[in-house]
Amino acid sequence: MSILFNAAAVICLFLGTIFMLVAAIGLIKLNTPMARVHAPTKAGTVGVGAFLFASILSSFANGNGSLNELLIMAFLFVTAPVSAHFIAKVNIHKGACVTPPDLDGDALWSTLNVPEEDRDIQEQADV
Amino acid sequence: MKRFIRSILPHPALTVLLAVVWTLLQNQVSAGMVVFGIILGIIIPLGTARWWPDRPQSIHLGRMLSYCIIVMWDILVANVQVAWIVLTKSNDRMHPCWVVIPLDLKSPEAISILAGTITLTPGTVSADLSDDGHSLLVHALDAQDADAVRDEIKTRYEARLKEIFL
Repeated sequence: MSILFNAAAVICLFLGTIFMLVAAIGLIKLNTPMARVHAPTKAGTVGVGAFLFASILSSFANGNGSLNELLIMAFLFVTAPVSAHFIAKVNIHKGACVTPPDLDGDALWSTLNVPEEDRDIQEQADV
Repeated sequence: MKRFIRSILPHPALTVLLAVVWTLLQNQVSAGMVVFGIILGIIIPLGTARWWPDRPQSIHLGRMLSYCIIVMWDILVANVQVAWIVLTKSNDRMHPCWVVIPLDLKSPEAISILAGTITLTPGTVSADLSDDGHSLLVHALDAQDADAVRDEIKTRYEARLKEIFL
C-alpha cells in the first residue's frame, strides 16, 4: 500500500516539475509585460499544488499523515490572483502595455483615474 | 432563542472556518485543540464584527461547493492549454487582447471571487475594475474573438456566482 502512495507521490512531483518548468520557460519566452503575467499565475499554482499533494501522499505512505498542505494550497489560491492583479495594474499605470479600451459613458478604469490633486505629478511623469 | 444564538455566533461560517484552520495548523486532531479552535472561532467573529457591516447575508453553500469543483477542473484544463500555447506558439502568432466584461454582480465579495477565478483559469488575467464598479478589465493571452471570451466568462462563472450570492 505504501509503495502505491509513494508511486503516486513520485508522479505528482514529476507533473509539478513539468508545470514549473513551463512557467519558467513562459517567463523568458513571452515578450510583453502583460503576457508574462500569465505564465507564473497559472502554471505556478498547479505546479506548487502538485508538489503539496505529493507531500500529503508521502506523509500518509510513511505513517504520519499530515494535512497542513491543504492550508498552504488554500492561501496560495487566494493570494496568487491578488499579486497578478497588482502586477497588471502597475503595467497599466506605467503604460507598459496597450492602453485598455475606453468605457461607455463617464466611467474610467480605476488605475487610470488620477485624483485631481495628483494631476500635475502625473503630467510631469508623462513629460 | 434564535436571537441569542445570533448574538453569540454572528458569523457561523467564519466560526467553522477558523476552527478547521486552527486544527489544520496543529496538524493533529486532539480534543483539546479542537475545543480551543472552537473557542477562537467564537471569540474572533465577536471581536471583529464591527468591521464587516455589509457582508452578504445569505450564501448558497451547496452551489458554492459545486462552483469550487468546476473552477478546480477548469484550472487543471487551463494549465495544460496555457502550457501548450507557451511551448508551441511563437510570440508573433499570439493574439493578446483586452476584454471588457460588463458586470451584473453588485456585492464586492462576489466581484472579488469572479476576478480571482478569471485569473486562475484559461489564459485570462483580471487587470482592472472601472471606478464605478460596473465593468471588469481582463487580459487574454491568446484569443481570436474577444466577445467569445466575454460570453464564456459571463455564462460559466458570473451566472453561477449570481445564484450563490442571493
